[in-house]
Amino acid sequence: MVRVEKGLARRYRQERNFKRLGLGAILLGLLFVSFLFISIIANGYTAFQQTFVKLDVYYDPEMIAPVGETDPEILSAGNYGGLVKATMRELFPSVTNRRDKKKLYGLISTGASYQLRERVMQDPSVIGQRESIWVPADDDVDMLIKGHIDLNLPESDRRIKDDQLSWIQGLQEDDRVEKRFNKTFFTAGDSREPELSGIKGAASGSFFTLLICLSISFPVGVAAAVYLEEFAPKNRWTDLIEVNINNLAAVPSIVFGLLGLAVFINFFGLPRSVPMVGGLVLALMTLPTIIIASRAALKSVPPSIREAALGVGASPMQTITHHVLPLALPGMLTGTIIGMAQALGETAPLLMIGMVAFIVDIPGGAMDPSAVLPVQIYLWADSPERAFVERTSAAIMVLLAFLISMNLLAVWLRKKFERRW
Amino acid sequence: MELSYFSHRMFTLSAYSLLTKSISKTNLLVIIISMFKERIEMKKLISTAVALSLTGFVGMASARDYISVVGSSTVYPFATVVAERFGKTSKFKTPKIESTGSGGGLKLFCAGVGVEHPDITNASRRIKKSEVERCAGNGINDIVEVKVGYDGIALANSKSAPQFSVTRKDIFLALAKEVPDPKDPESGKLVANPYQTWKEVNGDLPDMAIEVLGPPPTSGTRDAFAELAMEGGCKKIGWIKAMKKKDKKMYKSVCHTVREDGKYIEAGENDNLIVQKLEANKGALGVFGYSFLDQNSDKVQGSLVDGVAPTFELIADGSYPVSRPLYFYVKKAHVGKIPGINEYLAEFTSDKAWGDEGYLADKGLIPMPTDERKAFKSDVEGLKNLKL
Repeated sequence: MVRVEKGLARRYRQERNFKRLGLGAILLGLLFVSFLFISIIANGYTAFQQTFVKLDVYYDPEMIAPVGETDPEILSAGNYGGLVKATMRELFPSVTNRRDKKKLYGLISTGASYQLRERVMQDPSVIGQRESIWVPADDDVDMLIKGHIDLNLPESDRRIKDDQLSWIQGLQEDDRVEKRFNKTFFTAGDSREPELSGIKGAASGSFFTLLICLSISFPVGVAAAVYLEEFAPKNRWTDLIEVNINNLAAVPSIVFGLLGLAVFINFFGLPRSVPMVGGLVLALMTLPTIIIASRAALKSVPPSIREAALGVGASPMQTITHHVLPLALPGMLTGTIIGMAQALGETAPLLMIGMVAFIVDIPGGAMDPSAVLPVQIYLWADSPERAFVERTSAAIMVLLAFLISMNLLAVWLRKKFERRW
Repeated sequence: MELSYFSHRMFTLSAYSLLTKSISKTNLLVIIISMFKERIEMKKLISTAVALSLTGFVGMASARDYISVVGSSTVYPFATVVAERFGKTSKFKTPKIESTGSGGGLKLFCAGVGVEHPDITNASRRIKKSEVERCAGNGINDIVEVKVGYDGIALANSKSAPQFSVTRKDIFLALAKEVPDPKDPESGKLVANPYQTWKEVNGDLPDMAIEVLGPPPTSGTRDAFAELAMEGGCKKIGWIKAMKKKDKKMYKSVCHTVREDGKYIEAGENDNLIVQKLEANKGALGVFGYSFLDQNSDKVQGSLVDGVAPTFELIADGSYPVSRPLYFYVKKAHVGKIPGINEYLAEFTSDKAWGDEGYLADKGLIPMPTDERKAFKSDVEGLKNLKL
C-alpha cells in the first residue's frame, strides 16, 4: 500500500506528460497547417481582384474597317493595338517622345486589344462610335495598385517609373482605375501575361484526366477486389498478388510516369500531353489504393449476409451483386475518392508524358493537349513575373478547395451509407 | 442499355478489325478497356462513365493541328509569349510548349519525323554534332536553325549587401574544383580548391565566405556559365591555356568542373527560388538569367564582371562577357504538314517580336544586332538548312 502511494504521484505525472506529448504533437501539426494556410491565403487572396482601367475608345473606322462591315475576317484583322495606343495618346496628349509613349502604352495590358477585337466582332455596329470600356491594366500597374511595389526605392530599381506613376495618379483622380473581381482567373487558360492568365484550362485538364482515371480504375479496381476477396482460392499465388498490390501502392509515382511513357506513348502511339494518357497513368497509380480499400470494404461485410443469401438459394454472383456489393460500396467509394484526390494533386508522372507544358487553349476533350492544376502551379511558380506569385497562391487555394471538398464528400458518403453490425 | 449497345458496337468493331487484320493500337486499347467493363455487372453506375470516356477516343486518329514545341527552360519564357500572341492573333491554334531542357528537347526532336514528334525545339546552346548525327539517323536531315537573341547570365546578390565586382578569373578560382596551387601558381600543379572566402581569392574582394547558388549540371544555364565565366577566367592563367593544345580533354575538365565541397550550391532549375534565397541570405551570390534579374531589380543586384554590369544595353552590345545566344530548331519535313509553322516562324522573326523595341525585349530577351536579325530572317524565309 505504502509502495503504491509512493509511486502514485510519479505515475500521475507520467500520465499527464504522456497526454501533453500527444497534445503537443497535435498542436504542432495544427501550427504547421495553419502557417501553410495563412501564408498561402495572405499571398494569394489579392489575385482574385484585378486592376482595370477605363478607356474612352473611339472605334476608328480607319483602323478597323469601314462602317457597316460585318465580314469577320476583315474585322478580326483590324489594328486594335493601335486603337488602344490612340486612346492612351488622347488621354495624355502631353506625351510626345517615343520612349515615353512606349512607357505610356505599357500601362495597359496587351489583353486590351483582344478585348476590343472581341467587342467589335460581337457587335460590328460600334465601329465609328465612342464608348467607355474597362480594360485590364498591365501586371506591373496591378502590382502597384495592390501595394506590392515599394515606392521608396530609387527609380531605376522599380518596374514602375516616376512618370508612369504620375500618369497612374492622373488616371486615379479621374476615377479611371478600379479593382474588380478577377473573372479572367476562372475563365481563361494559361498565359504569359499574369493579368490574362487563368486556371480554366488546367481545371478542365484535371477534370478530363480524373474522368478517364475514374472510369478505368474504379471498375477494374472493384472487379479485382471482388475476385480476390470472394472467388480466389487462398494459395501461394494469391498471396504473391496481394504482396505485389501492397507494394505497388508504395511505388513512387514517377515510376508510373515512365511506364506510361513507354507503354501508352511509345508503344500505343498515343499523343503526348493529353488527359487520355494522363488519366491512364494515374489510373495505374490509384488502382492499388482502390483495390486495397475495396477489399477492406468487402471484408467488413459480415459473413452472415453471404450465408443467408446462399441459404435462400441465391447464386454466388447474385449474392455478391445483390447483397455484398451494395453494402460494401460506401467503403469502396470512400477509397476511390481518396485515390482520386491523390491523383488530382499529382505532377511527377505527368512530367514524363509531357503534360508539364504551356497550353493556352482550353481543352475540349480528353484528346486535346492540356495541363492539370498542380502543373499549372508549378509553371507559375517558375515564371519570372512578380504578379505570378499571387496567382500561384491563388491556384493552390483552388486546388486545396477541390481536395477538401472531395475529402468531405468521402466523409459524407461514409457517414450516410455506412452500416455497422 | 447504353452499355450493352456500346460494347456490342465495340465487339463488332473488334471482330471486323481482326478479320481485316487492320487492328490498330488505339482500337486495341478501346477493346481492352471495354472488355474490362463488360465483365462488371454494374451497368447503371458505369454506363455514363463509359459513354464519357468513349467520347475521349473520338478523333484519336486525326492528325495534330497544333504546333508542338519542346526544349530549353531558358527559351521557354520567350517562346511562350510568341506562341500566345500567335494563337490569339492568327486563325491557328496556340502552339503547345513543353519545358524539357535543351538536351531533353533535342532528344525528343531527333526521335523521328511524324505527328507524334515535336516540330520545333528550343535550345540555350547550339546543337551538337552528335545530335545532328542522331537526327540524321532517324531520318531528319533538314533542320532550320534560328538564333533568337542573347541571354546574359548574371551573378547577383541581395540589394542590401554591397555590390560585387569580380573578374572571370576570380569566378574560376572561387568555384573550380581544382585550382593552381596558391603558394606557387605558376608551378603547373593543381590542388583541390582551398579558398574559403572571396578575400582569399582576390585581396580587393570583401571578406565574405564563398557561397554561390546556381543551377544543376542538367541546365543549359550551367553549361553556359561554365563555358563563358569559368573557362573565360581559366584561360587567363597562362599554363592552363597552353594545356588546351596538348590535352583538350584535361583542359576542359579543369576549366568546367565546379567544386563539390558545398561552396557552390545547386539550387534546382527554379530561378525564382534562387532570388528568394538571395534575399534571405545576404552573404550569398546567385547565378541566373538576365530576365529574372530584370524582373527582380528591387531585390537583387547584378555583380560587375570584368568591370561591366549586366544591363540590357551592355549585354546587347556584347561588352558583358557572360552572355550566350539562344536558338530554336525547326524540322523542315513538318513545314506544310503541321498547319501554322511558317506563320509561327514569321511571328517570331518579326520586328515587333524580336526587334529592339519588340515584346520579347520587354520580357528580358536581348535582341541581336539589326544585321544579324536580317540574316536570320532571310534564312528562315528560305528555310535554309543548318550547317555546322
